[in-house]
This record gives sequence, structure tokens and C-alpha cells, in this order.
Amino acid sequence: MIRFEDVHKGFGPKQVLAGFTLEIRDGETMVIIGYSGSGKSVAIKHIVGLLHPDSGEVYVNDEPVSQLDRAGLTAVRREIGFVFQFAALFDSMTVFDNVALGLRRQGLGDDELAERVHESLALVDLTGTDDKMPAELSGGMRKRVGIARAIALRPRYILYDEPTTGLDPVTSAVMDRLMVRTREHLGVTGVVVTHDMRSAYTVGDRIAMLYEGTIRQVGTVAEIQHTEDPVVRQFIEGRPE
Amino acid sequence: MIERIGRAAVRGTEAAGRFGRFVADLARALPDVPTWGPLLVVQMRRVGVDSLPVVMFIAAFTGIVLALQASYTFTGTVPMYIVGTVVGKTMMLELGPVLSGLALAGRVGASVAAELGTMKVTEQVDALETLAYDPQSYLVIPRVLAGTTMVPLVVALGTVVGITTGWLASLALLDLSTPEFVKGLQFLYKFKDTWYGLVKSASFGLTITLVGCIVGLGTRGGAEGVGRSTTAAVVYSAVLILVLDAFWAMLLL
Repeated sequence: MIRFEDVHKGFGPKQVLAGFTLEIRDGETMVIIGYSGSGKSVAIKHIVGLLHPDSGEVYVNDEPVSQLDRAGLTAVRREIGFVFQFAALFDSMTVFDNVALGLRRQGLGDDELAERVHESLALVDLTGTDDKMPAELSGGMRKRVGIARAIALRPRYILYDEPTTGLDPVTSAVMDRLMVRTREHLGVTGVVVTHDMRSAYTVGDRIAMLYEGTIRQVGTVAEIQHTEDPVVRQFIEGRPE
Repeated sequence: MIERIGRAAVRGTEAAGRFGRFVADLARALPDVPTWGPLLVVQMRRVGVDSLPVVMFIAAFTGIVLALQASYTFTGTVPMYIVGTVVGKTMMLELGPVLSGLALAGRVGASVAAELGTMKVTEQVDALETLAYDPQSYLVIPRVLAGTTMVPLVVALGTVVGITTGWLASLALLDLSTPEFVKGLQFLYKFKDTWYGLVKSASFGLTITLVGCIVGLGTRGGAEGVGRSTTAAVVYSAVLILVLDAFWAMLLL
């Protein structure tokens, strides 16, 4: 389970998270929606200790992330796969090496490592791309390699940072299908940060809206679709006012 | 005015704190040999072998110019074998390490800052962390160790090349014989001349790569930020090389 407890985080004068509290249950996919710049990505970076809260705490498996030493943080990170907004592939490495890098850290033998890499690439429909460099891939393919890199580690949790941003509608739908498939095949708990409502409805079990630093509403897809909260309604309907 | 001084003091204290923390993190990551060990050879090739052409080129012309300038300065005043002394001493003690250091600040320092800066702004450094790698072990230690070990080697080769071209210039352009040049080289030579230059070069290599890593990993703001970091790394390294040069002279000479 992942738990945010009254997290506050600011950058200079800008307060991004102001009492952010949210619980993500094991096995579910939680979608965090919100306006651009509302702090969604900032929130999930706290889960893997890339950012630390000014106050409050984030718990992963009841471990307070910001208080862990390097070894403790590494242990938590081994259970989490992170899919970055722009994939964050290592541009000097081939697709194979990108996916294999985390597995090498886990000390897998060559055969098992190759098998795991190919299995992960197959799961994202990228079989045969081993020797390609990231620069040779389209945006959608890069994101799929990012997913393969995350799932290769057999994580307990996967965090997706804006997985469909910048993609055409068909490729976005492919990404949604991959996220659903990943959950079905691996049974992972997912956290998806997005402002793409079609994607949120497709992949999410529950949806939480982040607004002005706190959770404005959290509920099932149906509850959010039928919300009477004017702020949430405006956002999910994409109305300018 | 007071506010400005206060702000500068705060910024300076913050920078010193960041530097201290960075070095402490580096020391903590040193025992993680399985991570940085395999990457060290690649970095040694990049920092050392790939830098050889530029350092050799600079050293070759420096040796020629030193021989000609020594001849111009001393003709008619002291025996001409002093040309060998000037070429040897100056290449070993000063121009070999410092000119190579400044050239490498441009080549290696800029390259490290640009590479790590790009990785930082494209979230590749964050990705490394989420894959349970320590960026200090994976990115910083191999580069800093490569700089500290390879720059003295490159400078040593450059010094040999500079002395060789100085000798050839003396033979071809100054009518100096080989025995005279060698006599000059041996005149006033101390073993310290050799190790002093190498110690200095090692400190330059450490500085260039450490500054490149610190500045690169502190990059913010996309392509423009990478450009700023690259320039900053070269400028800081060059300034620190000159400061270190004076420091070693005061400490060891």
C-alpha cells in the first residue's frame, strides 16, 4: 500500500502540495488527475524518494520514504517501476541495454536477463527492437520501452507519469491497453498521473483529482463521472469556464 | 547594498554546503566497486586516450616555441645548452601540466558537464535512481577516478613530446647539438621536477571532472541550462586550475 499523509511541498514561493493525503490500495490502479502544473508529477516523485516533502510523509509498505537511508530507499525502489513522461531512456544505450540495466543491478545471469528483457519487450509489442537506439524510435515506442524497462523488474508498484501525453489518439489507446495488460499479467498496483480523461476512465479503478495542492475528490470511475463537484465536473468535461 | 551582500553570502554558504554534501556522497559511494568498476575503463579511454591528440598538438608546438624563445633570450649571455634546461624544466614544471589542464578543461570538463546536464534535464538521472542505481557510483566516481589517473599520464606523454620537439627545433633551427641539449636537460634537474608536475596534473584531472560532474548534475532548464552548465564547467575548471597552480607552487617549491 502507498499512503500520502498531509504532504506539503513547495518550490521557492510556490506551494505545490498543501496537505496532500491519499491512499492507494494494493492491486488497484489509482489515477491522479489535475490541471497542468498542479503537482501530479511532484506527488508521485515522492513515492520513489526523488523528492522529499517539506512536511508530512509518504509511506510505501508502511515505510516512511523520506526517512529511509540509502539502503532502505534502494530496497523500496526495487519494488517500484517508474515510467517517465518522456520515457527518460538512456540515449547512449540500445533498447536491450535500457531494459536490462535495472536487471543487471539485481544480479541476474545473462540467460535469465535476456529472457526477461525479451519477455518484457514482447509484452509491449516491441519484439525485435533489441539493437535499436532510442533516437531511432517514435515517441510512442519510446514510452513503450519505458514501460518494458519498468515491468522487467517485476515490481509490486508501477508509477506512470503522463503516459499518453504527446501521443496521437490511437497510440494513446495502445498505451492504455498496455497499462491494463500489464496489470492483468503482473498483478501490479498502479498509479497513473494524467489529464487525459479517456485514459483515466480506461485504466483507473479509482480517480483522485488534485486541485490547489490537495485532493479535491477521490472515487471510483463511476463516482467521478457523476460528480456534482463543480471543479471536478469542469475538469472532466473540459469546459473552459 | 547590505541586502545584496547578504544574498551573496547565503548563496555562497548554500554552494559550499552543496559541495560538501556532494563530496560526502562521493565518499559514501566509493565502496560500491561493482557499480563503478566496469565503467572505469570506458571513462579512462574517453578522458585519457581520446584527449591525447589535442594535448600532443599543444605540447609539440610549446616545445618548439620554448626552445626558440630561450635561444632568443639567452644568446650571447650564457652557454646555449641552457635551452635544454629551459625546455625541460618549463615543460615539466609548468607549461606541460597547465596548458594541458586548460585544454582538458575545455575538452573533458565541457563534455562531462554537457553529458550529465543532458541526462539531468531529460530525467535520465532520475531514471537511474528509480532503477536502484546511485548516480554517484554510476556517473560520478568513474569520471572522477578516470580524470585523476589519466590526466597525469596524458600530461607526462605531452611533456615528453614537448621536450622532443624542443630538442628537434634546437637541432634544426638553433645549431645546438644533441649532447648539448641533453646536458642542458640534466643541468639543475631534480626528481621533484617530475613528480611535482604529475601531482599537479592529478589535482587538475580531479578538479576538471569533479567540477564537470557537480555542474552537470546541477543543471536545470532544458537545452539552455545545458549550455550554461557547459560554459560554467569550463570557466570554473580553468579558474581553479590557475588557483591550484599557484597553490602547489607555494606549497611544494
